[in-house]
Parts: sequence; C-alpha cells; structure tokens
Amino acid sequence: MNSGPLTLEHRAIVELVSAGSSVLDLGCGDGELLAALVNEKGARAQGIEISDQAIYKCVAKGLSVLHGDIDTGLPEYGDKSFDYVVLDQSLQQVKSPDTVLRESLRVGKWVIVGFPNFANLSARCQLFFKGRTPVTPSLPYEWHDTPNLHFLSISDFFEYCRRRKISIERSVFIGGGRRVRAFPNLLASVGIFVLSDGESGERPGEANEER
Amino acid sequence: MPQSGHRQPKASPDAATPASANVGVVDTQYCAFCVPPEELALESGERLGPITLAYETYGELNAAKSNAVLIVHALSGDAHAAGVAADDGRAGWWNNMIGPGKAFDTEKYFVICSNVIGGCKGSTGPSSANPATGKPYGLTFPFVTIGDIVAAQTRLLDHLGIERLLSVAGGSMGGMQVLEWMVAHSTRLASAIPIATAIKHSPQQIAFNEVGRQAIMADPNWRGGDYYDGPMPAAGLAVARMIGHITYMSDKSMAEKFGRRLKDERQFFKFTADFEVEGYLQYRGRSFVDRFDANSYLYITKAIDLFDASRGKKLGEMLKGASTKVLVIAFKSDWLYPAYQSQEIVRACKVAGLDATYCEIASSYGHDAFLLETDEETHLVKHFLERVTGSTQGGNK
Repeated sequence: MNSGPLTLEHRAIVELVSAGSSVLDLGCGDGELLAALVNEKGARAQGIEISDQAIYKCVAKGLSVLHGDIDTGLPEYGDKSFDYVVLDQSLQQVKSPDTVLRESLRVGKWVIVGFPNFANLSARCQLFFKGRTPVTPSLPYEWHDTPNLHFLSISDFFEYCRRRKISIERSVFIGGGRRVRAFPNLLASVGIFVLSDGESGERPGEANEER
Repeated sequence: MPQSGHRQPKASPDAATPASANVGVVDTQYCAFCVPPEELALESGERLGPITLAYETYGELNAAKSNAVLIVHALSGDAHAAGVAADDGRAGWWNNMIGPGKAFDTEKYFVICSNVIGGCKGSTGPSSANPATGKPYGLTFPFVTIGDIVAAQTRLLDHLGIERLLSVAGGSMGGMQVLEWMVAHSTRLASAIPIATAIKHSPQQIAFNEVGRQAIMADPNWRGGDYYDGPMPAAGLAVARMIGHITYMSDKSMAEKFGRRLKDERQFFKFTADFEVEGYLQYRGRSFVDRFDANSYLYITKAIDLFDASRGKKLGEMLKGASTKVLVIAFKSDWLYPAYQSQEIVRACKVAGLDATYCEIASSYGHDAFLLETDEETHLVKHFLERVTGSTQGGNK
C-alpha cells in the first residue's frame, strides 16, 4: 500500500489504536488513515465513504470500503462488533451527529472522534477583530463551500459528553503543528477523543501513549 | 458502443489497457455429466440427466489450483465471454473485462465462463433432445432454478479438478448465480463479485419478465412449446427482447442514443418504424430470434423470478460464518436493478460480518452499464482480486 506521510492528526489516531484491532472508519475519505492502521497496526479495517472518487482511491490501497451515507449506514452492525469506530473530521459533517455518535458507541467498544476546534485562537481573532467567518488550517472552507454542517469547540464537546454520560477515555489536542497540552480550547485547532459508553469497563489499548 | 461522456475514475492510473490485448481465438468446450441413473436432483423434485454444460476457459490454472475465477452470465449470455469465437469470429460478451492485463487478468487467473442449464447455447435445455423420446424436450423439460444452474456449475468445477474458486463474478442474472454460490457453496469460494443484481426480484422486475413470457406464449407459432419441427415463435420472442432492451437502457441513454430522430423523413403517418428507437428495437428483436430459443427464454426468466438468495429468511443470517470477501457493484442509472437492491446485499454482508466493498458507479447507461462501464469496473475488480489473492496466499491478515 502506498500512503504518503501521515498528518499529525492521523499519526495521533494511529497511536491510539492497539495492534490487531478491528476498526470501522466512518467517512474514511481517500483511506490514508485506514491504510496506516492496516499497515502499522495490522488492523482489520472497514471504511464507509460517500464520495465515489474517494472509494476508487481506497480500493487502490487494497481497503474494504462501502459507498454510503454514515447518517444511515450503521443499524446493521451488531453491538460492539468493532473494537474502534473512527469519526475523523466527519462528525461535524453529518446531518445528525447525536444519532451517529450514539450508534457509533453501540457498534464500537471505543469511538475515536477528531474534529476542528471552532474556538481556537486564530478563529476567535478573525471573528472578533475582523468580523469574518473564520478560515483556518483546520477550518479551511469559505462559508459558501464548507462541507461542515456543525461548528463546535473543544469545550462544547466536553460539555456534550458530560450531559450525554459519554466517558472520555483519552484526549489529544493538536495546534500549530504540534501537540497542545494546556488551554486546548484556545490553542488547539483539532481535538481528538477516545470515547466509550462507560459500560464495558475495559480500557482502550495502552499502546505507547501517555495518559 | 457509445463512449461519449465516459468518465475515467481519477484514481485509476492503471485502467489503460491496450484494446488489442486479447485472449485470442477460443473454442467453446462441453462437459457431460449426470448420466442416468446419476441424474441431477433438481429443486423441483424432478431429475435431469444426462447434462451437457458449455464453458470456455482463458489463462492457465496454477499448480496449486488456487487462481480460478468463475464468470457467470446474464439472461441471454453464453459461455463465450472473451476472445474471438473459433466458429464465427464473434467477440466475447465481456471481452473488455477478461484478457491479459484486464480486470480478470488472464496472465494471473484461470478464468472459466460457464453457460447455464435451461439455456440454448450448447448446454442442456428445452431445445435439447430428450433421451427418452429422441425429440426436443419443449415444455417437458423440467423447471430449473438458479440453485440448479449453480449446482450444475459445481459439477463443472469437479470436472476441472478445482476445489475452491478465487472468485465468482457476474452481473444481473449472473449476479444471482454469484449470490447462490455465496449462500450454497461458500466453502468453495474465497471471494464473490455480484454486479447490478438483487437478492430477489421485485414485483416490477417479475412484471417485465411476465410480459415477455406472455408475448412468446401468445405467438401462434409457439404451439405449447412444441414448435421445433415448424416455424419459431419469432414475433413473440422478438417482442420479449424489445421489452428487455427498454429495461436495460435509461431514459438518458435512450435520449442520447436516439433522440426523436426519424429513420426516414418521407414515410410518415404509417405504422412503420418512424423513429430510430423503433427501428433499433425491431432490429434487436429480430436478431435475437436467430440466436435464442423462445422456450429457454421462458425457463430462464422463470428461474430468475423464482430466485431468492435468502430463501425467505434474512440473507445476513444465511451468510454468517462464511469468510467470503465480497465486492458489490451497482450503477446509478440502473432502474431495472436499482442500487437499493445492491445495498440490501451490502447490509446482509454487514450483518454477517463479511469483509465487503461496495461502489455505486456513476453511469447513465442504465442496467447495460455492467457491460459498458468497464474502466470503473476494471479498477474495482482488479484491486479487489489482488487483495483477495494476497490474503489467500499470505493467510488472513
């Protein structure tokens, strides 16, 4: 499989997944992350993707991928039929994130969510000083051509998980091309969370990542 | 073939195969089995034997006998899927998919295309001589099902000494045979490629087939199916084929192909073929009569209509425990076998936990797309088979 160098975000997700796991990647795009999970972690990987051109690229990487909509694509999967369900840069693009996340928590033992932080410093400055809708490296779209349907901050997500009783097993924050360890809601452009419904009692793979 | 507006998959740098790459001149072969008293026990309870099955092969079987791919055809297809027919020089019906460097790469795989029992292309069917009477079976031919058709194909594999197929692939009715293979003979398959097909026919699909059958049976020359010593029910069979062709195209592909163009500006206000589309359908109907048997059309369409891969249960439950890797392909403008029917196959694979890939190819050709959209199909099939080959050789990853 021929995958280029991984983005920092994909690298962080690969490190969160324990070797030999089964992974369902919802909105897997060109399959860069899935291919890395197969190559580096020996993952049993399945992708779901809505773009046919992205499907062709995934197939060329030797991946199993289903052409479909993740808003409606999960009911057939049995409870906890995957170790991980990955929603990388796709949760903010689905029609009903609440339903997709609940279904993901049902289907996967753990859910890994990665999303752009709408409250990062650069976005705040653009909104506050220029009065413009933010366009940042993690939110690169103009208002009229964005695939994002929902805009959330890292603090929003913490609050959401608290209210939904979703347990956050781990979190990784990335901003300015490196890991962010303090004030993530201000400094991080991307937040990555490992979630569980708190029912299994198991812990996600201890891999090689500090808590 | 119309090629305008044809899109290359952007991710496919390897789709360019020289059109000349071909398997060359091929002879159809014939395999005979089920000689009485060892007849094939059919699903209807009746028995059929002896059976002849027509088939062709392309490429070489490897020493481990692990590179065999079975191709199964649609309603009016035959064993001649690739290359040039030795007798009449015809190109195979999937020639652009089977050959050196093509989707089913004959330099890597031993490709077999099997005809179906009940047909009229060299295999035992209603136009064959009934050994009991020496005359054509006609309607005394027993009803055959897709299950029976596939059971006969397993005998062909036995004859060829192939225990396990690397893959089985086919579109439309061929896709139904693929599903039957997945359900009834999963241990003999590493992978399966059902294309533009359905777990079972919808009422609309049965309805179109029934109109075709009624057209044949309404032809006075049909004579209860006992017409082999006289004129063929040509008019009826031609109408059945015309209906078929309408369902194989899309509104858009017909508009692009024919528009409202007239065949002849001078002939107007007569019930002749004024429009090009009328002339085309009449031509298709007439030429079909020369190459297909009306009774076979009845038997095979009935087998298609009766098919239910799930046997009235849930396909996902039937597939549980299998390890078949699956590639499901549908086409956007196919209204005869709409994508939702392929998605039902995909859902069953999800329930059964099968490793599955699904793509709905953007195409305007309607159901015919499975024969025409070969760039996209090639990309999907080629990479899929490479992965299946890798996992069968290197153990399950």
